[in-house]
Amino acid sequence: MKRTVPKVLKRTVPKVLTTNVLFCGTGGQGVLSAAEVLSWAAIYDGYHVKKSEVHGMAQRGGSVESHVRFGARVYSPLIPEGTADYLVSFLKDESLRMRPMLRSRGVDLTTDLEKAHGTIEEKKFLNSYLLGVLSRHVPISEASWFLAIDTVFAKKNPQGNKDAFLRGRGEMK
Amino acid sequence: MMKFLSGDEAVAQGAYEAGLQFAASYPGTPATEVLEYLAKFADVDAQWSVNEKVAFEVALASAIAGKRSLYSSKHVGLNVAMDPLMTSAYTGVNAGFIVVVADDPGIHSSQNEQDTRIFSRAAKIPMLEPANPLECYQYAPIAFKISEDFDTPVMIRLTTRVAHTKENISTAGTRNIAQRDFKIDAAKYVMVPGNAYRKHLALEAKLLRLKEYSNRTLLNSIELNRRSIGFIASGVSYLYVKEMYPEASVLKLGMPFPFPDKKAKEFASGVKRLFVVEELEPFIEEELVRLGIRKAKAKDPSFRIGELRPEFMPRIVAGKKKIEAEPTSRKPVLCPGCPHRAVFIALKSLKATVAGDIGCYTLGALPPLGALHSCLCMGTGVTFFDGFSRALGNNVVGVIGDSTFVHSGITGLVNAAYNRTKGVIIILDNSTTAMTGSQPHPATGMTAKGTQTKKLILEDLCKACGADHVDVIDPFRISELKALIKQRLNEASLSIIIARSPCRLIERSRSEAPHFDASKCKKCYQCLAVNCPAIFKTQDGLIGINAQTCTGCDVCVSACSFGALIKPKSRSPDQKPENRPQDL
Repeated sequence: MKRTVPKVLKRTVPKVLTTNVLFCGTGGQGVLSAAEVLSWAAIYDGYHVKKSEVHGMAQRGGSVESHVRFGARVYSPLIPEGTADYLVSFLKDESLRMRPMLRSRGVDLTTDLEKAHGTIEEKKFLNSYLLGVLSRHVPISEASWFLAIDTVFAKKNPQGNKDAFLRGRGEMK
Repeated sequence: MMKFLSGDEAVAQGAYEAGLQFAASYPGTPATEVLEYLAKFADVDAQWSVNEKVAFEVALASAIAGKRSLYSSKHVGLNVAMDPLMTSAYTGVNAGFIVVVADDPGIHSSQNEQDTRIFSRAAKIPMLEPANPLECYQYAPIAFKISEDFDTPVMIRLTTRVAHTKENISTAGTRNIAQRDFKIDAAKYVMVPGNAYRKHLALEAKLLRLKEYSNRTLLNSIELNRRSIGFIASGVSYLYVKEMYPEASVLKLGMPFPFPDKKAKEFASGVKRLFVVEELEPFIEEELVRLGIRKAKAKDPSFRIGELRPEFMPRIVAGKKKIEAEPTSRKPVLCPGCPHRAVFIALKSLKATVAGDIGCYTLGALPPLGALHSCLCMGTGVTFFDGFSRALGNNVVGVIGDSTFVHSGITGLVNAAYNRTKGVIIILDNSTTAMTGSQPHPATGMTAKGTQTKKLILEDLCKACGADHVDVIDPFRISELKALIKQRLNEASLSIIIARSPCRLIERSRSEAPHFDASKCKKCYQCLAVNCPAIFKTQDGLIGINAQTCTGCDVCVSACSFGALIKPKSRSPDQKPENRPQDL
């Protein structure tokens, strides 16, 4: 496992503005823990963070979505329709449904889903791979991402998750 | 210390730091995490109570006895506690008492959407309404102070988007406990007519003082920006206004009851156009009508249904109707290996009329199972069974979960036995409160604190309530279950069948998946009609089984009449997986 030279990261959103990331999929796919990792990474980078999702009946195989917003100060816990900067989908059908949430120049990471399935052998690391893909776009430091993975996956193989994250980030083959 | 807390957790953290010593609740989305968070503190006596009425009464008594206490539930849970709630404003408290209630606008996981602000006005109890987790944390100690200063319970209303939003909060981590003495005071705590009348007089005077407080407090604050447009909003609606109209002036109501009349009038006179933004009922709207503030424009009544979203704001301001979107989300479904599925397969084949109840098993109503025909509120698996079978005669079955039975089914069973109702009630005993995330209850023998306790024996309880027969069966023995239900329905008696097998979310052991023999498959798809997420139709019209999610429960095997689904050799036809309890 060797790390290649880090790429220059695209910073599509300036740090002072609110960044909106919408996660979607179904219960049990790791959607909620992915949103939790992004939230912690943003917290470690000094942002104000809000994350909103629904628990309960929906988790019995139903649609799951999580809204994560971070910036200098975040008001609404929900991303207003048509203003999501990134859509991180764990299921193709769900991303079709969520498309209207994306802003006109927003980035739909569903295109990376197939590649993720091809690259990741263990399904439980899929979310960390997708976070690695997302990390190429959002203004959060790698150190904060790692701290966040340690926080959320403390008892669930943090190293395996970091490896999957780096693969998604394109820094590890 | 930096924490990332949900609204539920933040109100619990705030209450803990303010010296909370006792908390009681019954699980219900989106309020469950309040008690779950408090149960983790060694120095808080926190309990899952049998139901909300019990929780409210135990917690109120603890406050009266001198310890700061808290009750929490979802909106419909408060309905169960209405009896003590309505008179608690009369007795007042002693040490502070907070009533945390989480509403579910949009009905994400409930049977209705009701607005608890109305209940605060009806019960004459002041209400605080935080907009985000930070305010939940900040309002909890304020609520205790109001409670003690005015000798009244204080309600804190959350909604799903407050309760289940997480936010980073810098917490103090300190804790101050100030216990009060308990004094015998019959005029205050014995609500007989003479005392109650005098307490009602005192309560009305107290409400006037609370209204003065509401006018004074910064919980209700005027944020003056552009005077051309102003909003009055409470809770998460305030954040949607700030998101979409950052330059507008806002009267933010952190304490909507008693309503701050003076502040509302002052704000209304200071802005040119005035809009009210609130979820569900027209609570603020009606207060403004009462005050004669005519310039206030309220939302179209179509917005009383469902939750608000930030993008709705422009339509509300324009006075337009809500656009009802077709729900496109995936429907929830019983988990692979869920024991409830086996019971519904049996009931469907018997063509029984089934009175249902509240829990995961309500999903048995959805097609293709369609084997549950009513669900109103906690306990109706027993009482609707009672009413149905008196009106319809035989072939009526009631189903109710173990936790729900303990919550509200017992009285219904006593009633059915007392009034000589005949038929079958099935207790779907998966040994947990599954839907809300596997909380313990009296029949599990565990407490909220994770300690062992006396275990309620459902068999003995049902017999004591007057059931003629109590059978315990493993629901995965579908043909035996079917025969048993049929037999009991044919007898002129009141029968309880306890279908006992643990929830797959607590008992995660699994057996090998069945094999599929394509040569025997007639493509009748009866196996798909069991509606299990682990079995699916392949592109060539045959059957596939997801070996990762299949638990090997064999419900699909029993659905196949042609032997195309075969139990793996790893278990003989009669062998039961070891984790399942023996029949009694």
